[in-house]
Amino acid sequence: MAKTDSESDDLVREIARRHLNRVGGVLVALREIVGRRGHVSRTDEHVVADVFNLSRAEVRGIVSFYHDLKTTPQPPVQIRVCQAEACQSVGARHLTRRVEAELGVKLGEANDFVSLDAVYCLGLCAQAPSMMVNGRPLARADLRDLAEEISA
Amino acid sequence: MTTAYVPLDTAAVAAGADAVEAAAEAAGVTVVRTGSRGMCWAEPVVEVEDRGRRLAFGNVGPADVPAVIQQGDRHPKCLGEVGEIDYLQRQTRTVFDRVGGGHPLELPKTTVLGECLDRDPESLIAEIETSGLRGRGGAGFPAHIKWRTVFDTPGQQKYIVCNADEGDSGTFADRILMEGDPYRLIEGMTIAGLATGATKGYVYLRSEYPIAARIFQAALDKAYADNLLGGDILGSGKAFDLELFIGAGAYICGEETSLLESLEGKRGEIRVKPPVPAISGLFGAPTLVHNVISFAAVPAIMGNGGRWYADMGVGRSTGTMAFQLAGNVQRGGLIEVPFGITIDEIVNGFGGGTRSGRPIRTIQIGGPLGAYLSPEEFDTPLTYEAIAELGAGIGHGGIVVFDDTVDLARQAHYAFEFCEVESCGKCTPCRLGSVRGKETVAGIIEGRDVEQKLTIIEDLCEVMESASLCQMGGMTPIPVMSAIKRFPEDFRR
Repeated sequence: MAKTDSESDDLVREIARRHLNRVGGVLVALREIVGRRGHVSRTDEHVVADVFNLSRAEVRGIVSFYHDLKTTPQPPVQIRVCQAEACQSVGARHLTRRVEAELGVKLGEANDFVSLDAVYCLGLCAQAPSMMVNGRPLARADLRDLAEEISA
Repeated sequence: MTTAYVPLDTAAVAAGADAVEAAAEAAGVTVVRTGSRGMCWAEPVVEVEDRGRRLAFGNVGPADVPAVIQQGDRHPKCLGEVGEIDYLQRQTRTVFDRVGGGHPLELPKTTVLGECLDRDPESLIAEIETSGLRGRGGAGFPAHIKWRTVFDTPGQQKYIVCNADEGDSGTFADRILMEGDPYRLIEGMTIAGLATGATKGYVYLRSEYPIAARIFQAALDKAYADNLLGGDILGSGKAFDLELFIGAGAYICGEETSLLESLEGKRGEIRVKPPVPAISGLFGAPTLVHNVISFAAVPAIMGNGGRWYADMGVGRSTGTMAFQLAGNVQRGGLIEVPFGITIDEIVNGFGGGTRSGRPIRTIQIGGPLGAYLSPEEFDTPLTYEAIAELGAGIGHGGIVVFDDTVDLARQAHYAFEFCEVESCGKCTPCRLGSVRGKETVAGIIEGRDVEQKLTIIEDLCEVMESASLCQMGGMTPIPVMSAIKRFPEDFRR
């Protein structure tokens, strides 16, 4: 359901205020905004800056630093394929090429349906290669597992 | 009454444990979710307890469940009785001894906290000093020096910070501990608070571990409910508060000063040291920063005595280390053993060689900033000192196995690429050196001016090593130069 700008501002303001007095509250608030809405917009950044009494540049600096703080709307299916050494040792590079071909999306890109991102280690290094689909971990992953997870 | 134990650990869930749980419930047995024993290669591991015997089964799918329950040790997937499995029997578990035994939130919540509440800080710090415990995050710095520094440095509010930003590829010990025995970490941090005078603590956990976050938060809530945390721990009048903080995706936040910046809600850019965090850490206050396993080692040290701990291991590498065997290996998983075991015993003894069946060509030890070693070096004992002599480090204990299809030039390229992606950007050698290094190795792979480019790489690595502000840029040369030194043929085709 689409929300009007002011409703969405209210939500962001409410989130920011709730974390105002916490240690690291800005980061906690930004994480929650991304968690609830998929990304943090320029307007959201301004609201957060206002609540925390920071400059817009400071908030922009925080947002641009962390991989998780997405600045564009995310598609419904978000896939992360591990690119780190343990997964490389059992064919992660090859698997990544095949996933790219299957989805028609390159690593680091997205379309309306799916995003494909690199992740550096999911802690499943003894069961590599690994992936994460919408937050769900997959060990010894192959294309079939991925297809099952997407259709689930 | 038959009980099936099914891990809720990420390693098991990612291999399909939730469906196995559903199948076990459908089969009419009681199901208990547990942490993982660390036999990751066999996940989902299901343990079935019947008439006093607890049998383990590996790689169990939902369809296997009824037969596993009925056939017991006659089933082909049976690994034997839990206490008799070779992989586990050969380990010395002092940190991970409880993991996998029961539901992580139903395990004993304390072992020695009550006694420690009665001990004075000096005796607690002395116990750590006697144990010889060194930081398990990577640097291996003697723990008691940090503890004493935080204790001695004046400050109204001191902090305990746990670094659970376990970003090294090939490592998962922190995750297994937090998912399998969260109270161990809570207890260790609380004792550290009592010893140093810190009354507030934070666990900084990476966002890539959502299951660990859920379990640990539930454990914190229970610990508060049981008066194990808060303003009056077990009625002692002593206080310690502990909070979970989730990162936002940045490898560099595993560097302690960068982690503190992030915890303060800022960009995770590193700080120039000195001052060290023990003197000026979170919000400028004295702060004890340790890795998960360092804190988790504390309860056993307090319970059995520092001497007991120091008697394990070799020389100045005392106690046990949680090695994590990963990559192209048959039996990868968590291996907690005293220091001094050889690389070969881990990689071939526990691991059983490569998963692909091809010969091992190299291992990378100590994460993405760790060295590539050759099989001729596998008789080296795993101690801080012996591994340092190879120009390598044990780091957080990760060992990643590669077979003979690996191209070390590509691994060197990746080392620079990883540094480029994850550099915080604060210092030039790391920010620019990583990019230049990646481009130069790409040229080597294409076979253009190879000798000249290898000289450039060597110079570049020297600059990065000596002039970077932290280990990210400072140690990226280690995988690169170790690969060039040991596998020159991959660079000169």
